[in-house]
Amino acid sequence: MALTDLTAEQAIAAIVSGQTSSCELVEAHLARTERDVWNSFLAVDRAGALARAREIDALPERPPLAGVPIAIKDALSIRDLPTTAGSRILEGFRPVYTATCVARLEQAGAVVIGKTNMDEFAMGSSCENSAYGPTLNPWDLTRVPGGSSGGSATSVAARQVPWSLGSDTGGSIRQPAALCGIVGLKPTYGAISRYGLIAFASSLDQVGPFARTVRDSALLLQAMVGRDPMDATSLEWPVPILLPDAERLDGVRVGVIEELMGDGIDPGVRAACQTALARVEALGGTLVPIKLPHARYGLATYYLIAPAECSANLARFDGIRYGHRAEDTENLLEHYERTRGEGFGPEVKRRIMLGTFALSSGYYDAYYGQAQRVRTLIIRDFATAFAEVDLVASPTSPTVAFPLGERTSDPLAMYLSDVCTIPISLAGLPSISIPCGLSEGLPVGLQLAGPAFSENRLLAAAHALETAIGFVDRPTGSGE
Amino acid sequence: MIDDDVTRHVARLARLALTEPELARMRHELSVILDYVDQVQELDLIDVVPTTHAIPMQNVFRDDVPTPSISAELALREAPEVLGGGFAVPRMG
Amino acid sequence: MSPSTWEAVIGIEIHAQLLTRTKMFCGCALSFGDPPNTHTCPVCLAHPGALPVVNREAIRLAIIAGHALGCEISGSSVFSRKNYFYPDLPKAYQISQYDQPICGRGRFRYLTEGGEKTLGITRAHLEEDAAKLIHLGGEGRRANADSSVVDFNRGGTPLLEIVTEPELHHGSDAAAFLKQLRQTLVHLGITDGSMEQGSMRADANISIRPVGSTGLGTKTELKNMNSFTYLERGIAAEVERQIGVVESGDVVTQETLHYEPATGHITSLRSKEEAHDYRYFPEPDLVPVVPDRAWVEELRAELPELPIDRRERWIRDLGLTFEDAEVLSEPAELGDYFEQVAALAPPKSAANWVRGDLRAQLRERGQEPWDSEVSPEAVAQIIELVESRAISMPSAKSVLAEVIETGGQPRAIVAEQGLGSIQDESALVAIVDTLIANNPAQAEQLRDGKDKLVGFFVGQAMKATQGRADPERIGQLIRERVAAG
Repeated sequence: MALTDLTAEQAIAAIVSGQTSSCELVEAHLARTERDVWNSFLAVDRAGALARAREIDALPERPPLAGVPIAIKDALSIRDLPTTAGSRILEGFRPVYTATCVARLEQAGAVVIGKTNMDEFAMGSSCENSAYGPTLNPWDLTRVPGGSSGGSATSVAARQVPWSLGSDTGGSIRQPAALCGIVGLKPTYGAISRYGLIAFASSLDQVGPFARTVRDSALLLQAMVGRDPMDATSLEWPVPILLPDAERLDGVRVGVIEELMGDGIDPGVRAACQTALARVEALGGTLVPIKLPHARYGLATYYLIAPAECSANLARFDGIRYGHRAEDTENLLEHYERTRGEGFGPEVKRRIMLGTFALSSGYYDAYYGQAQRVRTLIIRDFATAFAEVDLVASPTSPTVAFPLGERTSDPLAMYLSDVCTIPISLAGLPSISIPCGLSEGLPVGLQLAGPAFSENRLLAAAHALETAIGFVDRPTGSGE
Repeated sequence: MIDDDVTRHVARLARLALTEPELARMRHELSVILDYVDQVQELDLIDVVPTTHAIPMQNVFRDDVPTPSISAELALREAPEVLGGGFAVPRMG
Repeated sequence: MSPSTWEAVIGIEIHAQLLTRTKMFCGCALSFGDPPNTHTCPVCLAHPGALPVVNREAIRLAIIAGHALGCEISGSSVFSRKNYFYPDLPKAYQISQYDQPICGRGRFRYLTEGGEKTLGITRAHLEEDAAKLIHLGGEGRRANADSSVVDFNRGGTPLLEIVTEPELHHGSDAAAFLKQLRQTLVHLGITDGSMEQGSMRADANISIRPVGSTGLGTKTELKNMNSFTYLERGIAAEVERQIGVVESGDVVTQETLHYEPATGHITSLRSKEEAHDYRYFPEPDLVPVVPDRAWVEELRAELPELPIDRRERWIRDLGLTFEDAEVLSEPAELGDYFEQVAALAPPKSAANWVRGDLRAQLRERGQEPWDSEVSPEAVAQIIELVESRAISMPSAKSVLAEVIETGGQPRAIVAEQGLGSIQDESALVAIVDTLIANNPAQAEQLRDGKDKLVGFFVGQAMKATQGRADPERIGQLIRERVAAG
C-alpha cells in the first residue's frame, strides 16, 4: 500500500510502530503535492514541513498526531507562510501570527505542508472564484470540486494529504466533501476557535476537518476543539471528543428532512441518499420524516446575513497596513475605491455590494433585521425537530460535481448549490457529510446534523453508516 | 428598485470602483438576487427576536493584563509603504 | 431682533479615555508618547482573522461611571459595528455600543456659583478610540499635507462616550458641567481627564430657538474643544453665528464645525455631500454583556463620596465659599489634606492657609501639601498660634517656611527663634513712645486727624520688633499715646 493511501489513523500507527517516519510520509505527500494537476495548492512549504518532520522524528516520544502531514485552507493565517484567502488583494501577504486551530494541530504533532486553493474569501461553491485559477475535481478534471474549500477537499481526495482543514460558512466544507467523495465535518459554531480564520461571515464561519474517514475527522476535531481566549465566541467544550467505533445505530432516531428530499434534488443524488438511509434501519435505528417549515427561507436569509457581515469584514482591506494598493491615486477616496476595485474579484464585490445595501439606511429592517428574525425561526424549527429525533439527514448537495463554468454566469444558480447545508449553518449546528454512493459515476454526499454539542453522537452515527456503506470508490482523474 | 444611482451610492459606501459596464452588470445581478431574497418579506415577524448568535453566550471577557505587542518592524512588515515609522497613507487631498 | 429674543439649546458629548492598563479589545498596553507603532498586535492592526475580546476592566469602569452619572445600568448591552472608511480606523468599522449602551438614562448634578444644577444624561457607552494620523508638511493640516502616516499606538484605547440631553442654554453652564464631570471621573479613577492631551474631549450640539418656543432648531456639532474656556467661548461664538444666520433670513444647516480658539473663527469640518451612513449592526465577534446585578450593586455601594457632595458639605457644614470649595476640591488629595487640617483648626482659616500660603510656598519648591514634609497638624498649630495672637501673621509665614525647610514643629520653632509676639505691655509702650519721639512731624499730623499715619507707625513698630508685635495692639497704643502726648 502506498504511503499516500494510508488514512491518518493508519499513518500514525505506522509511525508509532516504526514502519515509517514522519519524514518519509511527508516526503511522499510532498511529491504528490508538487505535481499539482488539480491546482489544489496555493503554497507549498517543503522546507518547513521537512524540518518539522525531522524534529518530530527526533523526539523521544511521538506526539498524538505523530508528524502526519496536513494541508490548510488558505483562509487560515499561518505566520510567515503566504496567505491570500484566494484573493488578489492579499497577493504576497505573509501573516504575522498563526491561527489558534493550526497552532493546536502543530502542537499535537501535525505537519503543515501547504495552503490550499479556495473561492476568494470563501465566497463560492465551486472554487472557481479563486484569483489563482480553479481547482479541478479529481473524479473528473472537467468538473468543479465544490467550494469554497475546494482545494482542501481535493487535496484529500487526490491523496496529496490524508487530511486537511477547511472552513464552512454556508456549506464550504460539507459541499466540496460531497463532491469529492470524502468526509467533511462542520462542528458546532464556536467549537473551534476562529482566531486566525480570515472572516467571511463571523456569525456563521466555522473551521472543520476534511478526511477520508470519520475517525480521522474525529481525531482532528479532538486536537482543535475548545475555548480560545482570543475568540470570544469559542466554546468551553463540555465533554471529550471520542473516536467512534460502534457499528450499530440501535435506538437512534434519524429525521429525514422532507423539504430536502424532493424537488430541486437530482434524482440520482436522492436515490443514493435513500439507499444509504435505508441502512439506518438495518443497523437498528429508525427513520422519521420531519419538516423544517422555514428551511425554504434559508437561502434568502443566508444571502442577507452573510453578505452584510462580509461587507464589514472585508472593509479592512484598504491597502494601508498590508495587501494590494492601487498606484498613483489622487486622493483618499480614489485610493480606497481603486485599491478595492482592483483587489477584489466579481463575486466578492457582488456580496459586498449586497451586504452594504442590506445594512444601509432605510433598508436595514426590511433586509438584515428581517433575516435575523427568520434565522430565529429556522433555529426553532431545528429545536422542534430535535425534540423528536436524535439526528437529521438530507443530501449534502442537490447535485453531483457540476462542469466547470456551468454556474459562473448565474450567481443565483451557484447559490442554490448550498440549499441543503445553509439552514444547518444558520442554526450553528454540527453537521457532517459522508460519501454514500455514486451517481453518474460521481460521488454523492449524505449530510447528517445534530443539536449543538452533539458531535460525539453525530460522529458515532456517521462512523456506523460509513462502515455499513463501505464506500471504496476512489477518484480516477488523478493524472497518473 | 435598484437603479443605477442606488448602485453607484452603494458602491461609494463600500469604496468599490466600478466601471460603467461593471455597474450595469452589478445593478442587474443585484436586482435578480434581491428579487429572490425578497421572499423573507412574506413573513410577519414583528414578535420574533432577531438572532445574532446561533449559540447563545454572554459575558466573555479578557483580564486587563498586558500581553506583549509585536515589534514595530513586524507591524510594518506587510505595509505597502512606510514613512518614518508609520504606515504611509496616500495623498489624502 | 436681539440675542435676548433667542435661546440656545445645547447638549454635550464627552469622550473619555479609560484608565485601563490595556486596550479595549486586545492586550496591548496603553501608552503615551512612545515611538509609533510599538504598541500594536494583529487585533488592533486589524490583520485578517484577528478578533476582539472585551476588556473586563473597561466594563467595570463604565459601570462605576454610570453610577456617578446617575444612570441606569443596562441589564444587557451589545457592541455594534459602526462602518466608515478612514486611515485611522483599521477595521474600517469602529466597535461601539449603539442601541443597547451599558449606561442608560441618568441625571448628573453639578455645582455652579448660583447653586446646584442638574443635567440629563441620555446614555454612556463604550467604544474604541481611533489611531493617530500624523500629517507631514503643509503645517500639519490634512488638506495641505504632503503625506500622512498612521501610528496605531492609540488605536483601540477604551473610550466612554457620555451624551447629555440638550438641556443647557449657556456656555457657562456647559463649562461648569464639564468641570464637575471631569472632576468626578478623575476622582473615581475612570480617566486621567487630561484635555490638553486629548484623553478627555468634548463636542457640543448647538441650536437656537425663539425664547418661549419648545421646538428644536437645526443643530450643528462643534468638535473637540480641549478646555473649559474654549467650550464656553466656542458655544458663545456659535450661538452668535446662528443668530446672525437666522436674523439675516438664512437657515442653519446641519454640519460639523471646528472652533479655532486663537482667532475665534468657526469653520466647517466636513463637506455636506458626503452624507454618512454608518450601517450599524450587532458585532458578531462579541457576545452580549450582562452584568451580574449583585456586582453592579456592589460597585454602587463602594462608590466614594462624589466631589459635588464633598463641595456641598464644605459649603454647608464648614462655611466655605463656592470658590474655596472649588479650589480645594481639586485634586482630591488637596481636599483630603484640607479636611485633615480643618478637623484640627477653624475650617475657614484652614481653607485660607491650605489654598493660600501653604500651597504658594510649597509650589516654589515644586511640592504639593500632600507630598510635603508639612503635616496637617503643623498647619493647624500655626493657625492656632496666629489666632491666639501668640505670633503675628508675618511670623507665622516665617514659621511655615521653617516647617517646610526642616519639618519641625511650629511651637518649637517659635520658642527657639523667639518669634513669639511681645506680650509685655510696658515694652510695647516704650517702643511706641520712642517712635513718636523720633517722628515728631508725623505724630503732629496724626494728632491733627490724619489717621492714615497710624499705618506708618505700625509699620515702623513691626520693623523695630522684627514682626513680633501685634499690629492691632500697636495701632491702639499709637492712638492713645499721641492723643495723650
